[in-house]
Amino acid sequence: MFKSIMKFIYHFASPKYFYRLSGKLIPWFGWLTAILLIAGSIDGLFIAPVDYQQGDSYRIIFVHVPAAWMSMFIYMVMATSGAIGLIWKIKLADVIASSSAPIGAAFTFLALVTGSIWGKPMWGAWWVWDARLTAELILLFLYLGFMALEAAIEDPRAAARACAILAIVGVINIPIIHYSVEWWNTLHQGATVTKFDKPSIHISMLIPLLLMALGFKLYYVTVVLVRARNKVLYTDQNSGWVKELVKKESETSLV
Amino acid sequence: MYNAFFSLIKRDLRIAFRHKSEILNPLFFFIIVVTLFPLGISPEKQILAQIGPGIIWVAALLAAMLSLDSLFRSDFEDGTLELMLLSEYPLSILVLAKIVVHWLITGLPIIIFSPLLGTVMFLSNDAIETLMLTLLLGTPILSLIGAIGMALVVALKRGGMLLSLLVLPLYIPVLIFSSNAVGSSMAGLSISGQLYFLSAFMLFCLTLAPIATSAALRVSLE
Repeated sequence: MFKSIMKFIYHFASPKYFYRLSGKLIPWFGWLTAILLIAGSIDGLFIAPVDYQQGDSYRIIFVHVPAAWMSMFIYMVMATSGAIGLIWKIKLADVIASSSAPIGAAFTFLALVTGSIWGKPMWGAWWVWDARLTAELILLFLYLGFMALEAAIEDPRAAARACAILAIVGVINIPIIHYSVEWWNTLHQGATVTKFDKPSIHISMLIPLLLMALGFKLYYVTVVLVRARNKVLYTDQNSGWVKELVKKESETSLV
Repeated sequence: MYNAFFSLIKRDLRIAFRHKSEILNPLFFFIIVVTLFPLGISPEKQILAQIGPGIIWVAALLAAMLSLDSLFRSDFEDGTLELMLLSEYPLSILVLAKIVVHWLITGLPIIIFSPLLGTVMFLSNDAIETLMLTLLLGTPILSLIGAIGMALVVALKRGGMLLSLLVLPLYIPVLIFSSNAVGSSMAGLSISGQLYFLSAFMLFCLTLAPIATSAALRVSLE
């Protein structure tokens, strides 16, 4: 059983198969992303009711919260796929980890920027040294460190393995971000969605938030597949299947 | 195995004592950085007492980070590290011995000199006691986490700046809890929570960091 699963995974993770499959999947994910993001934006910006305390400016959470979620989610993906690459030597996992890093850094940056734009009217300051904000900033540094380490090591195999170790070590930071709200309990409002009993956000605001969150997630999947596809082509440029592919492509383009 | 561990400690200590600058430079750096703050901010007693714990801890952090080079660099350059990788003993034990030596030659002097710096920063006696306690728990963490970062960049020519980018974010929890503990004891509050956290974090790093460091060394020396 286990053997056949591993066989299936190795088959799926072979660059050639991945390239074909991801080529088919990308348009689907891309269109779904577009639909979800458009629906979520319209719902969030126009249909969701005005907050009784924060007015219209609360609407930035429809970007801010999903971006912050993604920033942590992508780091987990990086660490997990890095570990998979280290343990089972699956090349594709390394590719996914390294193509995730810039996207994760971008989401972290987006969360910080939207947070500070929201903070200006709410807290009266662009930046406060609140635990969660600071932890998000540290997360950005972790992403930048990951990317810098990858850029510094010339051999891509060694770079991938070193980065995987760094990502696993950095994962210690993720729970600190998550529990920092309880630990330091400062200016940032507490979590409103994941409370176990009953979310303290109204359903009419929750729906666009979840739409946007799903849209962000699918956006990530789409972009990571595109990036991984490019990377696979680049690293396998001297192998048979890429040469065949190029030959076929050039033939069809001549016709 | 214990033999290998202790003989490696003995060897590294002997090397360190023959290059006394390796012990003295981080210490001088630590003292100079702390001295800069009263000059840069204000010599007023109240201000210094308030920012003192954080400054002393930041200086300790930087001193520990900048001295990481001595951990693996020379052994990497003359090939000793490669032999350690090939030896029959578990690499993580050998790595742990090197980390212990690093702590003995950089962390311990900082702890010994910290009451002096605490006094010139006008910390209360309780706070100085807490400062030493947090340094005792915290500086091993700095050496342990720093070893992972150093192992990742040891084969790179210009690893210095990169090392700070990799290691400093991971040092932040230590900084927060330690300087918070010293500040709390200045205010007469209980500090057991922070000390528990630091002890737990130290034990956690003590068990896992040598393993991560040896994995990183294997990657770097491939």
